[in-house]
Amino acid sequence: MSDRISIVLAHGQLASGLVSAVEQITGMGDRFIAMSNTGMSGAELEQKLRALVEETGAKVVFTDLPAGSCNIAAFRLLRDRDVIVVSGVNLPTLLHFVTHPQLTPEVAATEAVERGAPTLKVTLGTSRGN
Amino acid sequence: MAIELYRIDDRLIHGQVIVGWGQPMNLGFLVLVDDEVARSEWEQELYRMGVPPELDVFFASVADATVALDAWNQDKRPGILLTSDIDTMVRLANAKKSIRAVNLGGIHHRAGRIERLRYLYLTGDEVRALQELERNGVEVTARDVPASRPVPLSALLEGKGEEGAA
Repeated sequence: MSDRISIVLAHGQLASGLVSAVEQITGMGDRFIAMSNTGMSGAELEQKLRALVEETGAKVVFTDLPAGSCNIAAFRLLRDRDVIVVSGVNLPTLLHFVTHPQLTPEVAATEAVERGAPTLKVTLGTSRGN
Repeated sequence: MAIELYRIDDRLIHGQVIVGWGQPMNLGFLVLVDDEVARSEWEQELYRMGVPPELDVFFASVADATVALDAWNQDKRPGILLTSDIDTMVRLANAKKSIRAVNLGGIHHRAGRIERLRYLYLTGDEVRALQELERNGVEVTARDVPASRPVPLSALLEGKGEEGAA
């Protein structure tokens, strides 16, 4: 099993919530480090993310909102770091990623997004319109 | 519609701007006024990467924005103009008297700044610059998102900011 660590960076308490859900479902929550942007300027967020990537050797940073401060802070690392940034993270994406440790980070992240994105859908009740 | 919000926010483009303000305003364009970003293709690409494709983003130095502001204000779509610091907005407002109100959206902690609101920290010089802006006829209020109440500069300097927040 790979012991790679990845980062989930999101608004408010979303990252810690997602990681706790990964732990509950797979027992593999410790493969992620949750980070919040609360109370931080863009510069401070980038600085702390850089330090965390350096410290953990993380290759993948999962972020929530495209064009959000978490997303932009992670994009800033692309200039000089060999990292992969995923935008619009959801729970199925993290679950697929963490349960495929045999894949390279790039392939695992790509597959996880392919699996995770279509799980967002609308289901209508049968009584609608009656 | 023109530019409806002149906002100082050290995160520039981020979630509160795109979604918090952008959705209820039906935002059509963003103007990012920053001398450094205006010189950097990389920075501009960075900010464009996550922005919804239907949203136009314009980058300008203070000097270029001074020239282009009237044209942006002729735009039929609602827009937001962003600066990352007080000094940039003050320079622009001093050059363009059509700016009548400025929103303090997020200025975060660093050495020498005192907390005024949970999202607003100011040095003494920054306070004086904002007071000067008000003396010149520009209304200055703090408001991170539309769902919170605007806090006038005088109230937040008196320590009444949190009471005024929704």
